[in-house]
Amino acid sequence: MKRRTFFKSTAAAGAAMTAAPAIWSEAKAQARNETLLLITESPPNSMDIQGVGTNRPSYEVSWNTYDRLITYGVKKDANGNDHYDYTKLEPELATEWNVTPTSATFKLRKGAKFHDGTPITAKDVKWSFDRAVSVGGFPTFQMKAGSLEKPEQFVAVDDNTFRVDFVRADKLTMPDIGVPVPVIMNSELCKKHATAADPWAMEWLKNNLAAGGAYKIERWQPGQEVVFMRNDDWQNGPLPKIKRVIRRIIPSAGNRRALLERGDADISFDLPPKDFAELATSPKLTVIGTAIENAMVYLGMNVNEKPFNDVKVRQAVAWALPYQQIMDSVMFGRALPLFGGADNLSKGSYWPQKDGYKTDIAKAKALMAAAGYADGFETTLSFDLGMASTNEPLTILVQESLKQIGIKATINKIPGANWRGELLKKNLPMIANAFGGWLNYPEYFFFWCYHGQNAVFNTMGYKNPAMDALIDKARFTSGAEYDKLVKGFIDIAFEEVPRVPIFQPLLDVAMQKNITGYRYWFHRQLDYRQLVKS
Amino acid sequence: MMLPLLRHARYVLSENPVTGLAFGLFALFMVAALFGPLLAPYDPLQSNAAMALKPPSAAHWFGTDQLGRDIFSRVLVATRLDLTIAFASVILAFMLGALSGVAAGYFGGWTDQIVGRLADTIMAFPLFVLAMGIVAALGNEVINIVIATAIINFPLYARVARAEANVRREAGFVEAARLSGNGETRVLLGHILPNIMPIMMVQMSLTMGYAILNAAGLSFIGLGVRPPDAEWGIMVAEGANFIQSGEWWIALFPGAALMLAVFCFNLLGDGLRDIIDPRMRT
Amino acid sequence: MLNLLLSRLATAIPSIVGVVVVTFMLTRLLPGDPAAYFAGLAASPQAIAEIRTKLGLDKSLPEQFVAYVGDLLQGNLGNSLSTGQPVVTEIATRLPASAELTLFALIVAVGIAIPLGVLAAVKQGTWVDHLCRIVTTAGVSLPVFFTGLLLAYVFYYLLQWAPAPTGRLDIFLSPPPDITGFYLIDSLLSGNLETFWSALRQLALPAISMAIFSLAPLARMTRGSMLAVLGSDFIRTARASGLSPRTVVFTYAFRNAVLPVITTLGMVFSFLLGANVLVETVFAWPGIGLYAVNALITSDYAPVQGFVLTMAVLYVTLNLTIDFVYGLVDPRVRLES
Repeated sequence: MKRRTFFKSTAAAGAAMTAAPAIWSEAKAQARNETLLLITESPPNSMDIQGVGTNRPSYEVSWNTYDRLITYGVKKDANGNDHYDYTKLEPELATEWNVTPTSATFKLRKGAKFHDGTPITAKDVKWSFDRAVSVGGFPTFQMKAGSLEKPEQFVAVDDNTFRVDFVRADKLTMPDIGVPVPVIMNSELCKKHATAADPWAMEWLKNNLAAGGAYKIERWQPGQEVVFMRNDDWQNGPLPKIKRVIRRIIPSAGNRRALLERGDADISFDLPPKDFAELATSPKLTVIGTAIENAMVYLGMNVNEKPFNDVKVRQAVAWALPYQQIMDSVMFGRALPLFGGADNLSKGSYWPQKDGYKTDIAKAKALMAAAGYADGFETTLSFDLGMASTNEPLTILVQESLKQIGIKATINKIPGANWRGELLKKNLPMIANAFGGWLNYPEYFFFWCYHGQNAVFNTMGYKNPAMDALIDKARFTSGAEYDKLVKGFIDIAFEEVPRVPIFQPLLDVAMQKNITGYRYWFHRQLDYRQLVKS
Repeated sequence: MMLPLLRHARYVLSENPVTGLAFGLFALFMVAALFGPLLAPYDPLQSNAAMALKPPSAAHWFGTDQLGRDIFSRVLVATRLDLTIAFASVILAFMLGALSGVAAGYFGGWTDQIVGRLADTIMAFPLFVLAMGIVAALGNEVINIVIATAIINFPLYARVARAEANVRREAGFVEAARLSGNGETRVLLGHILPNIMPIMMVQMSLTMGYAILNAAGLSFIGLGVRPPDAEWGIMVAEGANFIQSGEWWIALFPGAALMLAVFCFNLLGDGLRDIIDPRMRT
Repeated sequence: MLNLLLSRLATAIPSIVGVVVVTFMLTRLLPGDPAAYFAGLAASPQAIAEIRTKLGLDKSLPEQFVAYVGDLLQGNLGNSLSTGQPVVTEIATRLPASAELTLFALIVAVGIAIPLGVLAAVKQGTWVDHLCRIVTTAGVSLPVFFTGLLLAYVFYYLLQWAPAPTGRLDIFLSPPPDITGFYLIDSLLSGNLETFWSALRQLALPAISMAIFSLAPLARMTRGSMLAVLGSDFIRTARASGLSPRTVVFTYAFRNAVLPVITTLGMVFSFLLGANVLVETVFAWPGIGLYAVNALITSDYAPVQGFVLTMAVLYVTLNLTIDFVYGLVDPRVRLES
């Protein structure tokens, strides 16, 4: 009866729904054809990439609405998909540039305008760069990574010429000008909203654009959706094909998949690996998976406390992980293995790469015995609750596998807000975690994750002066010498295993068949400008 | 005293067969809670990559999950954890609520004021969000789910206990106990509290169902239970991602077990109420 | 009457003060460090310290509390860190979404529960009565997160009767002009039938998930109060004077029995409003429940405090209103005061 009443009422409602006339929908269908519907899990929290606490989805908003001086070229990856090209810098606001050992001079595009019609001049560029190095926090930090450190470095030569003076020769300086941070802002407009206490108009720019990029924001409902409208006067690149983009938040992963499969949504990144694996075989959808550069999912161990201060214990763990099972049951093949290489010697100056570990319980047991832990020990294995859909099954498998060599690990789920704080404390014995760097250099990854400066991402608290020396030197070296340095620190990382690499994740995206032109970017956000909907 | 109650119980059961059904279900759940681990055909924690995501079959009645674990065994074994959480929180809420409520009703005055305000304050919160906040603040552990669930149920107990104690304050048997030289505390604990026990029992079985739902809701959003332990709420959460891809059994069976357990306790609460306190029957 | 209202108001104030204090303490007890969370990926200890100062988290707890209460008195609930917006505006824009959903669910529930309750009372002790009890108890036993998932799967994905669970409206429609904040009403007022239809379709599934959950208290209350009235003298008199059973039940009994049900309605409404957190997640409903949960998970204090405070005030106001209405309708309450 319960079913019946309930069924009757919904059935009636359902019947009424299907019987609704479809005559209203013509305008809607038109809008649908010109609009890209992107569904995601988390909303942007700011329009200002240089703001305090700006989150990743906001990078996407900024990337598509603002211009940068230069951008990166494009190449085809091994699967024939578009992939940004790290080696090729291309014009965006700057049409040409001239790099000398001491400076870089940029010629700005004539006739380029902000959304409000004001011409873009070199003083806007200077104001924007000054802002990026002055506001502190992440943007200033990212600028520093390319030796862009103080306002005196930036000179507006004339209305159309902008110069950056180098404080030192740094191979990351030019690439760093193409990352999402140094956007070009409308300085006059910003100054109108600046106050004595807030000279960089941080408050105002959080909710307002002072941009000149390819898209304008038509509507922004925080936490729900952002609607983008093409800027038809945009000159700093080919005019985008898609007129309107709706970026809508759908919190449930199941519903995101359903929307894609039913054809109601156009494109989404945020699905569990299993869904991507299955949708990849669907005739209705295109799934593109690109290996995320300079990224890995790993098991980290606290090297400063017993028992993981003993390298033999860490190696035992590395020999005991259920690698293939993780690839199959957790990732459903949507990842690249970082295990099972021939040995623990690096195969080149690239990163990440396979180490020599694979599942070998006998070897792991022998190492445990050699370390004096034949009877094993108890520990905890922690992960970020926000990553539960993959890390929960992963840690369960790890826990089960470690039990075979006597390690009893209790799994500890840490809610997202606490995770960062716990990492900062560096006292978790064992964690499952992921890290990826924007700039695709091995030494950049190692600087964050293995260097004795002990950044938050060196989650193991690992310190090794020999490794630090190699990392520091590699940053300002090139050629054969550079290759040797990189191989050197990779070898140490494999031998000492403060963190056990498990796999390199893929950036998966699923889209309708009629969407083409998708391009992989190092910032892992969607670039609307190249997409085509037919 | 006992015999008329039994007779009354029989009458109520014949009058209301649904309560009989609830008692049957209850027995079933008790068996699962007590002997679940013995009855389970498989190790509920043992993964088996070759058997991952298999639909229900003769070998696996409820199918298997992402890691190849037998869902029937997990649902069965989870009974103990879920019921323990619910029982523990209900007993804790009862202890807090009954004692403070009885004291409030009996002494009146500032005791009554404090308990009343406390209960009002808790009631003014959106309860599920309060429970989330408590678990998040105290730490992500099962014991804190128990505490949070107890706290949000506290006002219900305190109010009922207060009202009942208030009514009995001037009753003859209390007066008699007082005259025979018992101190106030003794009167309270020795005479009034036992007297309102039956009504508190009804209250407890009525809130059991709610306690189970609350605990499952918390673990559904990832709070409390640690993997790989089996628990219904977290199993539904794990299965939720698989519904759209057609693996409905992962979420359905634990969800159904959860629903049946709550259903059983709700019916049981009604039934108990009819048996113990026919006045309250609605 | 006014005295009664004022005294009720006076008793409500301590609860609200209690809620303010408890919420403040609770959010400060949360182990997460919002400064570390919002300092971003590559934050140095100095950067985190700077943010902590900026958020006022470096001050002592009493100082923070005074600042918080000061802001509160000016109607300032602070800014949400995760959406970057003032909490007051966020709650103001999201509350109508939750309220519309909850109210609609309540109407659906009342539409089913009251007839069920009346039926159960009239046929007391028969199989109809038992069945009603089973149905409503089963409803309240369903975890809402589970019902929601199941309904979305069956009616959207499999049967394609329901629209995509993407929030309050079809994605390609614009919201109606903001008059009441309730899309159903606003779209009718502005004469936009397409929007009305779309809003109604979007409401159906989440509202049904919630309605199923609220059947039991309503049906039980109706049944109980009907039984009480049916057993009373004036009904016996009415029956004895030869009125048809129909007239007796509907004209006399039901009218009198409906009063206690109204009091339950208020309770159920405020309970559902707080409990719809999980339904909102499943259906991407842009309400306050979803907002509060996300804030809690990111240790975003201001929205959590704002949400709890809003709910508490709402709850108190609702109860006051019910007392008031009840007092107007039922003269006995007036005499007691």
